[in-house]
Amino acid sequence: MEEKTENGSKRKELGFWKWAMASVALRIILSFFSQNLNLSSRPEVSTPLTSLQRLSEGYWLKQLSMSPYSGSMFHGSPLLLSILGPVTTKNVLTGPCYMGGVTFYMPSDFSSAILIRATGRSLEMAHGRHLKSLGLGKLFEEILPSGDIAALVYLWNPFTIVSCVGFNTSPIENMFVILSLFGASTGIAPLAAFGWVIASHLSLYPLVLVIPVILLLGYGLDAPPNKLLSHFHVGDEISTDHVEYQSLKNKPVEETTSFSWKRVIAFFMWAFIWISYVLILCAISMKEYGGLAEMFKRTYGFILTVKDLSPNIGVLWYFFAEVFEYFRNFFLIVFHVNILFMILPLAIRLNHRPCFLAFVYLAISSILKSYPSVSYPSVSNS
Amino acid sequence: MSILKLYLLLFLVLLSSASESIAEELEEEFTEALLLRPLPDRKVLAHFHFQSSAPPTQTYGRHHHLFPKSIYQLVHKFQIREMELSFTQGRWNYERWGGYDPISSSNAKPPGVELWADFDVPQHQVDDSWKNLTHALSGLFCASINFLEHSTAYSAPQWSFRSFSGKLRYGTLPREAVCTENLTPWLKLLPCRDKAGISSLMDRPSIYRGYYHSQRLHLKSDEFATSESRTGIVLEQSLTVVLQPNTLGSGGTFSGKISQPSWSLSSLFGRKVSGKCSLSNSGNVYVQFEQNLVSQFNELKKHSETSKNEILIRDGFQSNPLFELSLPPKRVIKEADNLQKEGSILYEFSVKDYDESEPFDLGLRWKSPVVWSCQQAPLRASRFLLGSGNERGAIAISLKSTRSNNLLKSGCNEKERWLKVGIFQVVPWYVKVYYHTLEVFVDGELQSTMDNVEQIRVSPSEDKVSPGVMEMVLRLPCSVKTAALTIEFDKGFLHIDEYPPDANQGFDIPSAVVSFIDFLANISFDDDSLKKVPILSKLQEKIPVLSYTEVLLVPLTTPDFSMPYNVITITCTVFALYFGSLLNALRRRAGEEERLLKEQAGRGAGPLTLMLSKLSAKLRRKTWEPPQSSSSFSRSSSINYKLIVKVILVAGVAAVWQFYFQ
Repeated sequence: MEEKTENGSKRKELGFWKWAMASVALRIILSFFSQNLNLSSRPEVSTPLTSLQRLSEGYWLKQLSMSPYSGSMFHGSPLLLSILGPVTTKNVLTGPCYMGGVTFYMPSDFSSAILIRATGRSLEMAHGRHLKSLGLGKLFEEILPSGDIAALVYLWNPFTIVSCVGFNTSPIENMFVILSLFGASTGIAPLAAFGWVIASHLSLYPLVLVIPVILLLGYGLDAPPNKLLSHFHVGDEISTDHVEYQSLKNKPVEETTSFSWKRVIAFFMWAFIWISYVLILCAISMKEYGGLAEMFKRTYGFILTVKDLSPNIGVLWYFFAEVFEYFRNFFLIVFHVNILFMILPLAIRLNHRPCFLAFVYLAISSILKSYPSVSYPSVSNS
Repeated sequence: MSILKLYLLLFLVLLSSASESIAEELEEEFTEALLLRPLPDRKVLAHFHFQSSAPPTQTYGRHHHLFPKSIYQLVHKFQIREMELSFTQGRWNYERWGGYDPISSSNAKPPGVELWADFDVPQHQVDDSWKNLTHALSGLFCASINFLEHSTAYSAPQWSFRSFSGKLRYGTLPREAVCTENLTPWLKLLPCRDKAGISSLMDRPSIYRGYYHSQRLHLKSDEFATSESRTGIVLEQSLTVVLQPNTLGSGGTFSGKISQPSWSLSSLFGRKVSGKCSLSNSGNVYVQFEQNLVSQFNELKKHSETSKNEILIRDGFQSNPLFELSLPPKRVIKEADNLQKEGSILYEFSVKDYDESEPFDLGLRWKSPVVWSCQQAPLRASRFLLGSGNERGAIAISLKSTRSNNLLKSGCNEKERWLKVGIFQVVPWYVKVYYHTLEVFVDGELQSTMDNVEQIRVSPSEDKVSPGVMEMVLRLPCSVKTAALTIEFDKGFLHIDEYPPDANQGFDIPSAVVSFIDFLANISFDDDSLKKVPILSKLQEKIPVLSYTEVLLVPLTTPDFSMPYNVITITCTVFALYFGSLLNALRRRAGEEERLLKEQAGRGAGPLTLMLSKLSAKLRRKTWEPPQSSSSFSRSSSINYKLIVKVILVAGVAAVWQFYFQ
């Protein structure tokens, strides 16, 4: 019996690696045709925040010892600029050489897939352990390898492929979001804090993930299956892939595991350390160009005040192109509050399912953010 | 004692006479001049030049009888060091009308309005001065120069556009229409307006019928300089027109070649000059024959009678086989050129000697056909757009070598063998230029950009704040045939209020200025006394060869102007839908409701109690246990009681809050 399952898992693993490699190969092939596909300039793929062309403009300006933010072209983080900038400088003879970007995005995509897999694994394990403790070991064997599936879905998602081949910086942001969730689900507070800090530094919106991360760290992954206790028969019928759905049907009876404050405090400590670390690095790189205030104005200020009205897949640009100047501030507040408004009710409602909570947060912010692109829903899809 | 008094008196007299002589030197002056030049493509260039000058205020005072008061006030109010305003209609044809002479370098202007000014104020006041100046000028000249007030419309070039300190501001309005309403206030600045003197030639229909029309006002003052030798304010007004003479009459053909049309002032302008403006110091008319044309004469002469160049100069106007001037010139001025064999020739006529009874009507009659070409700038600059669609595109500036190769070599830097080309380009902010995509092609081959760029300064555009400015000096090999410069841009989107009327026509990118730094456009004369004549001293001024490129028209995507409400309402509806459905999903508990319904069906309890219990369950976020039918009423009443207490509590808190804050 045990041998069989081992064999099965091995086969599954082999299949996973095969598919993962295939997706990487596809990306490499597509990136060779990137000139023809011209994806990097599609408004669906690259937004003013993530466009690599803008990044290389910022890098070029920095090379000329000007502020990378002068000229409202570049709105990313200065750290990203110093990491990715040298890669984007063009080679004169071969034309613009964005191939370097691929070398960054491929591993970031791949590693985020691996992280998803690991997260899924740990979720699975926790789930299985709990079922076993309830004496339902045979149920565990029927569970699909959700981690592998999620990772493959992420890798084969057309949105992620497009955003990887289209050279924008969002795969990196996605990787840090996943890293933070992985860290939280495995209980490694420093890693979770690191992922969270970097992700919010890059694109501001992952800031709301602090709640699911705290819940994950505090309660651990074990929280959900407790609730199956009272309505066991329901859980039997529904496939475990839709664990989230069950939670809507089942009410929390009581909290069996206590909230571990120690880990949360560790998380905040680490988050503080990482924040100060990131800010110091930014301050060093921005020292000659107006310091941190300039950076905050040009990155977060740009996100919040929707200055660029070029079209993207969101609704805000057209709205703000047409709305009367008098009401602009009002609507800015309304639209941003819409994202924040749902945080608390959702947190109360889904506090026993932090992973699902994180998923909902990501989905909401990817729809309502000011410069959305197809790459953001890809995270929440998986 | 008496001797001492005498000495003192003598000294005083001497002093006063000395001061008088100084005052005499610095008088207000006004001169008028007209320069006529036949152009190779059977057109005639007429260049009116008026110059008035006022001595410095310190020695002369603030009252003038010739110098326009409005300009004086302008200079003093805004502390202008130098300013130039030009209204232009049509485009100067550099290939046919020349690109190397002083007139094309300083009077060929981009279409529409161009204004630049250099201020003598502290750095932080420059922008304010500029804004006020644009408003003042727009009132003075009946033009929409005040559109240059906004910071997106003007730029501050550092070194490429005339070498000045950082107090220079530059702005253009390419779409400004120029007509008589701009000319009339400009004429008002002249002491005789267009009633007498050379300016009486300015017959509106004939001037505006021309192919090119540019009225220019140049102002230079050293009122605020601290140096001793000050000249005061010099106001230079010039009108450059390119006219097509009527070819009726003598415009025949000679042996297959089309001859140049003969013309006279009365046929060109429909008017004659009756004497000079009595307030002007001098009123001269010049007819200029270009260097290439003169060399053509000489060749013809050699063929016919092998005479020397000198004959042409001495009695050329009568015995010339090529052309005939209807009036005898007062003087013939020859360009002293040490590089070429022949220089251009100017025939000077004085209007002073003519009056009402015998008006001045100069005519030029061609005797035999002649073909010549104008002197060209070393490289011919043109600019165009690349790409299609409303998303992005590219600007290309192409520089093509003109045929005059000997000229190219003479101007080339001898030591380094490089040809330096300065480019100054202003791009409005909604054309978002990626400066890192700058590519330089020399003879069709892509160059490593920084090899050919000697100096570059970029100030990128800021959304809704400032335009993008690119100043660069290209260094091209002397043997260059073609050079091109491309730069990519994205087309931005504007807010609905920012679109001008008729937005579908497109947006203009102002002309780029291409300057050839090592080439000087000037005509030098041997006679030093000629420097006192303003128009001739202007021709002798050493200025680099300048040319303006075409204005580009960029179509931008326009939003739906008619229905902003629709967009607002539909977006709000989408948001409301999202919000409502999410709230609904949050509040609903499917299993609970099912049970509730079952309960309701099985038990005939009153709807009020049921609702209340449901509400309380929701409030407490707890399991709503199926109530025992026996105690249902009592429970519900207790819930009711609790609810009332809660409501009262909240009301009490609110009342206390109110009270406390009042």
